[in-house]
Amino acid sequence: MSRQLAIIVTLVAGVLMVVSGFIKPTQGWGEDAAEWFNILAAMAFVLGAANLAKVHLSKISSRDAGWGFSAVTLLAFAVTLAVGLFKVGVNPMPAFPDVPMSGGKDAEGSAFWWVYTYVLSSITATMFSLLAFYVASAAFRAFRAKNTEATLLLVAAFIVLLGRTFAGVVLTGWIPADSDWAFLRFENLSTTIFEVFASAGNRAIIIGIALGVAATSLKIILGIDRSYMGSGD
Amino acid sequence: MNQKKTWTIILVLAAVLLAIRSFTGPGMAKVFVEDQRFAFKQAGEKEVDGAMKPAFEAVAPGTEGAIEWTTESEVPPRAYYAAEAASPGQSAIHLSTSRTIGVWVAALLTLFIFSFLYRDNPLYKFAEATIVGVSAAYWGIVGFWDTLMPKLFGAIVPAIVTANFMPGLKEEYNFWILVPAALGIMLLCRLNRSVAAVSVIPLAFIVGTTSGLKFVSYVESDLLAQTASTMKPLLVAAPALATGAADGTANGLSLGLSIKQALIFVGVVSGLVYFFFSVEHKGIVGKTARVGIWYLMITFGAAFGFTVMGRIALFAARCEFIFDDWLWLIDPTEKRVVVEAAVASVNALLPVLPGVGL
Amino acid sequence: MSFIDRLDAIDRRWIFLMMACAVAIPIIVIGLTGARFPEVPGPTSTATFETIEALPEGAKVLFSFDFDPASAGELQPMANAFMRHLGQKKAKVYCQTLWASATPLIEETLKKCLLTQSPDLVYGVDYVNLGYQAGNEGVMKVISTDYKQSFPTDAKGTRTTAIPMMEGIENTSSFDLIMVVSAGYPGSKEWVQYVVSPTLGKGKPIQLVAGVTGVSAPQLVPYFPTQMQGMLAAIKGAAEYEYMVNEVIKAANPGKPLPPAYMEAQRRMAPQLFGHLLMVGLIIVGNTIFFVKRRQSRSGSAMKAAA
Repeated sequence: MSRQLAIIVTLVAGVLMVVSGFIKPTQGWGEDAAEWFNILAAMAFVLGAANLAKVHLSKISSRDAGWGFSAVTLLAFAVTLAVGLFKVGVNPMPAFPDVPMSGGKDAEGSAFWWVYTYVLSSITATMFSLLAFYVASAAFRAFRAKNTEATLLLVAAFIVLLGRTFAGVVLTGWIPADSDWAFLRFENLSTTIFEVFASAGNRAIIIGIALGVAATSLKIILGIDRSYMGSGD
Repeated sequence: MNQKKTWTIILVLAAVLLAIRSFTGPGMAKVFVEDQRFAFKQAGEKEVDGAMKPAFEAVAPGTEGAIEWTTESEVPPRAYYAAEAASPGQSAIHLSTSRTIGVWVAALLTLFIFSFLYRDNPLYKFAEATIVGVSAAYWGIVGFWDTLMPKLFGAIVPAIVTANFMPGLKEEYNFWILVPAALGIMLLCRLNRSVAAVSVIPLAFIVGTTSGLKFVSYVESDLLAQTASTMKPLLVAAPALATGAADGTANGLSLGLSIKQALIFVGVVSGLVYFFFSVEHKGIVGKTARVGIWYLMITFGAAFGFTVMGRIALFAARCEFIFDDWLWLIDPTEKRVVVEAAVASVNALLPVLPGVGL
Repeated sequence: MSFIDRLDAIDRRWIFLMMACAVAIPIIVIGLTGARFPEVPGPTSTATFETIEALPEGAKVLFSFDFDPASAGELQPMANAFMRHLGQKKAKVYCQTLWASATPLIEETLKKCLLTQSPDLVYGVDYVNLGYQAGNEGVMKVISTDYKQSFPTDAKGTRTTAIPMMEGIENTSSFDLIMVVSAGYPGSKEWVQYVVSPTLGKGKPIQLVAGVTGVSAPQLVPYFPTQMQGMLAAIKGAAEYEYMVNEVIKAANPGKPLPPAYMEAQRRMAPQLFGHLLMVGLIIVGNTIFFVKRRQSRSGSAMKAAA
């Protein structure tokens, strides 16, 4: 029963979003549906947070391997949740000084802001920066000119790497910038690769993806693709 | 055992160097703040949305019956030095203990993450476990205060929300919001296996809405508009500026722009032919597809180059944090008087490294 | 074990160490000497600069901060330069984000770039922080027709309808320019798809400029210049644009030295240079090993066949 209802909900929601873009009287309905979608997206954050707590609590209670780190996760989760929910260290809005919780949750100096600035920012930024090292290692081990295609890839990468820094200027700076051969300067070759070849290649990919997304969306709206409901369909 | 010894030596050495750095010159990793005091007192009432609400006016701090608080805003260390030079022992600008600890926490967590480059270890795992918990709670809190509070609770129980949490919000009911509220509760049912089946309804709504939105936008933006951008005249007129036309109009053909347009056209068509698997890639189709592969390879090469650029930029930013905000070794934005600090640090090492100094 | 074999089997941690030195040493040197490399702006950065430069005084600009601290190393310099340029143009700045962890970044950028440059600007009259709303493309869909429905309050909790500069803002078409600094999804691509493209060929299309990460730049270049009037690609794009904005600031304040904080992106081009050179070197060495070993194995098989 709920699966049949789900198919109807998908159909109605999908068709509404499509027609609201073209038929003026349905525009308001489309906006409302999108607004409900936005509220559900925020609910999904809460669901994600609750699910994380549930998973790690079960890990701790069953003393699974690495349960100590689950405890760290839960502690970090609980502290962040508490300081954010109760707006610890947040002052009221100057326009409403009689409402203590009227200030912004992440006002400078608050506990939630502290967690964001010194914990969340530093860890996420560092984690992303680790990839600089792995990409270097991969370039040494796997970036080999084995055939024509691989050589093209390698040469393009070379030109972009040199042309996007001062190295390109130093290496090909002897070619006069106003001569007919100026396009051979690394910085110009890099621009050409970016604006012509990468643009064309990515445009082909974009058009291909657009066709795929359009087909998949139609299949979902019409109830042909029901994979989002889980196994069995 | 050998490895343990090596690590102990490295850690002790790092601690000694940090201690030297902390106590030489102006030290390191200190955050200074300036206090700003606010005071408000009720001055009658004002009408808001048809109801009378208390009106407040700013008064001098210390006024009797006023609601007061103090905020701290970060100032560069040089502002503290200047204030101290002008008036020794002043208290308007002072060291912030919580923020200074924060810089140390951030620096240590940064090093914990970098320690993974050597090998997986408990310090890395600790930082990783911390970020998982912090991120989940952070997103939940942001969703709660920024979206659920004004749009959901603010529409269902507006009086409570405006009185206690968001006094700036318009106090009005919207019972249609009960629909996403119900869907939201059904979504939360996923947490309990016995009622998890009902969560398929909000999921269907999310999937249906997304599909409808994506169908229109991908066709409009990525299929039609991108095709239109490709199907342009291959012979491109030179811009007026390049030809130096006296009347400012474009005239004459631009060889460079025409070649560029032709190359883009060939690249898009051959790339699409490569992705078209319903026809066997033989003969002219095969040759065109091969050109498409070449274009794609150049595209991936460029993507690699740009990715490298991005990742190095992120690492450079972390290095700047370590050297500038934490260790106070460099001062690219002139937050401190770096030359004096560097000279003091090197000179402090003189007994250790004879002959070296600034 | 030959030298080539040893080189081929080198522990990856040596490569990590080389990368660390290639980036860290130039940062220290640049930090102590203040040296910079000259910048020659490329076409996409120039187009971005010219689009903003063409704005009239008091133009309404929607500035979406669609990134988080993880990408701030690459994108914050762009956001800073954008904000300084808007300050120079005396534009009305409407900040918002579709990324949950970006609201503090908006506050910091406003404080460090807009208010230090123009301290007389008034909140709600000259600039506003509308904060975050969940929903990604759902938010874009709603703000395309009714901006205030999706953002009922600003980040501080003030009702949007009570903010003076929100008067006359009905939807995204009410802005003279949309500026996006984005790290991924939702980001510049979605702005093009859901906000800009529906207005193409219908009266006045929405103008959009974007600052994007190196990873997403090649995927977004096909939208330039038809669906996106300007694009800053990676830190190099940021450095080029920052250089152009600094020239404007210098011209507006003759004789006044430029604060070093205004050269954040240009400063980062030094570690970038050495990092790239290391990558090029690693690729060359890796390929040399590959070709030497291939030749060795071919000659080995030829000898076996001859035997």
